[in-house]
Amino acid sequence: MSTNETGLVRETVEAVYRDESRRVFATLIRLLGDFDLAEEALHDAFGAALDQWPREGVPANPRAWLVSAGRFKAIDAMRRRARFAALDDVTEQIETATMDAESLDDQTIEDDPLRLIFTCCHPALGPDAQVALTLREVCGLTTEQIAHAFLIPPSTLAQRIVRAKAKIRDARIPYQVPASAELPERLDAVLRVIYLVFSEGYTTSSGDTLICADLSTEAIRLGRLLVDLLPEPEVIGLLALMLLHDSRRAARTSPSGDLILLEDQNRALWNRAQIAEGTRLVEQALASRRVGPYTLQAAIAAVHAGAPNANTTDWPQIVGLYDVLWRVEPSPVIELNRAVAMAMRDGPEAGLVLIDAILARGDLAEYRLAHAARADLCRRLGRTAEARTSYERALSLTRQAPERRFLERRLDEVEK
Amino acid sequence: MKYLCLICAETVMETMTEAEAARQYREYAAFTDDLKRNGHFISANRLRPVDTATTVRVRNGQVSVTDGPFAETKEQFGGYYVIEARDLNEAIQVAAKIPGARYGCVEIRPIAEDAQTRALGFDTPHPVMPRASR
Repeated sequence: MSTNETGLVRETVEAVYRDESRRVFATLIRLLGDFDLAEEALHDAFGAALDQWPREGVPANPRAWLVSAGRFKAIDAMRRRARFAALDDVTEQIETATMDAESLDDQTIEDDPLRLIFTCCHPALGPDAQVALTLREVCGLTTEQIAHAFLIPPSTLAQRIVRAKAKIRDARIPYQVPASAELPERLDAVLRVIYLVFSEGYTTSSGDTLICADLSTEAIRLGRLLVDLLPEPEVIGLLALMLLHDSRRAARTSPSGDLILLEDQNRALWNRAQIAEGTRLVEQALASRRVGPYTLQAAIAAVHAGAPNANTTDWPQIVGLYDVLWRVEPSPVIELNRAVAMAMRDGPEAGLVLIDAILARGDLAEYRLAHAARADLCRRLGRTAEARTSYERALSLTRQAPERRFLERRLDEVEK
Repeated sequence: MKYLCLICAETVMETMTEAEAARQYREYAAFTDDLKRNGHFISANRLRPVDTATTVRVRNGQVSVTDGPFAETKEQFGGYYVIEARDLNEAIQVAAKIPGARYGCVEIRPIAEDAQTRALGFDTPHPVMPRASR
């Protein structure tokens, strides 16, 4: 084979690695019953591909070839280790790895990434561990990338992942898609992890994608994978919500990194392709008639996305959607957002009464956005002194620099 | 695989009203019967109330004995089940049916069954080797 052809095969291997490695990995975990063995087997399998494919050609089904190669490499490694370990432990491992016809059945293999997601998001693992494990094992990010994205030392993150894997092994957390009776609750946990990853990326996005993994993009990729594997209405709703939020990425900060509010954003910068896809998905999820909180939030985002400018936003529809959302999920934060929508529909006075009622209950006393919203309504009503007090309260609760700068600007404006 | 299900509650049968204790007794009897029928049962028992607990420590060869449990908490261990389950999901399903889970909580701990367990003889009730005589 010429150097040129060898180069082409190498490119093919790289492409297969990008597209298939996590799926191959997911299947290897099931066959080998161990995350670390599977990781090693995955690398060995791709090593073998780099070695053999240039000579023997690219196999017709690269994924099946890699699974098979990985499994044989792992069994070899186990046999080599057998000389040092207790014999029955190794025999058990090799038995696990030696599979029957059912374990290589197409549907079984197709479900492996789903098994991996549900295992990584098992409620017996702590929330931090679920997020770390999902990014590491499902998305294939490196420990350094994840640690950097969450601003924690890599050693802390590595330890978190090691502990989680040990618990999966020792407490025997099964590698399976939950039975239908448990599915809704278990799926909620998965969606929560994905949305948490997205939100983390959305609020801390530094644009420094070279060092820092772009968590929002990873979350959207996870959302797509899940829609592919398990097209439940709320899964579709979550993907829609993430796409619609992400569509405003270029418009939500100024070149200097300052926060730009929805009403002041340059809507020409919104990503039309993401809006079109998100809106289509919202409609699909709504049509199922099984509407959950992610779908409703996505529907609200779609109404915003459909307005050519802030003044033409369909506020009555947004208020209506918040009413439904509040019934489905009666949380004070949703109540606050509903109050802000009411202010847009019926005037600042109407919203202020509602926000004051929420704050009087003490529910959101420490929530910066409640005070920021109150400040804004007071500013619109010309109640300068109250606006100042609320801006100051919001400032004292804010840690993020762009948010601080925004609130300080607003405070300056009311002082004038 | 074996799991220990530790039942934690604020009250044990001894500290309940008679009617409440009788109701819990019936619930536990029914649950234990089910467990034996479906093959998950290995062993179980109630523990005497926490005011009968004694904590022992040995430091520098000195035995120190104190009254009470090792940790002062509002909740206390009231009893346990050792169950057989395929994996953690099945153990969770079983533990969720323990009556105490509705009043307090149940901590599930996997019981080790590895080479060390066997080497230490934890899996055999009687000594494998005859003890050396004095």
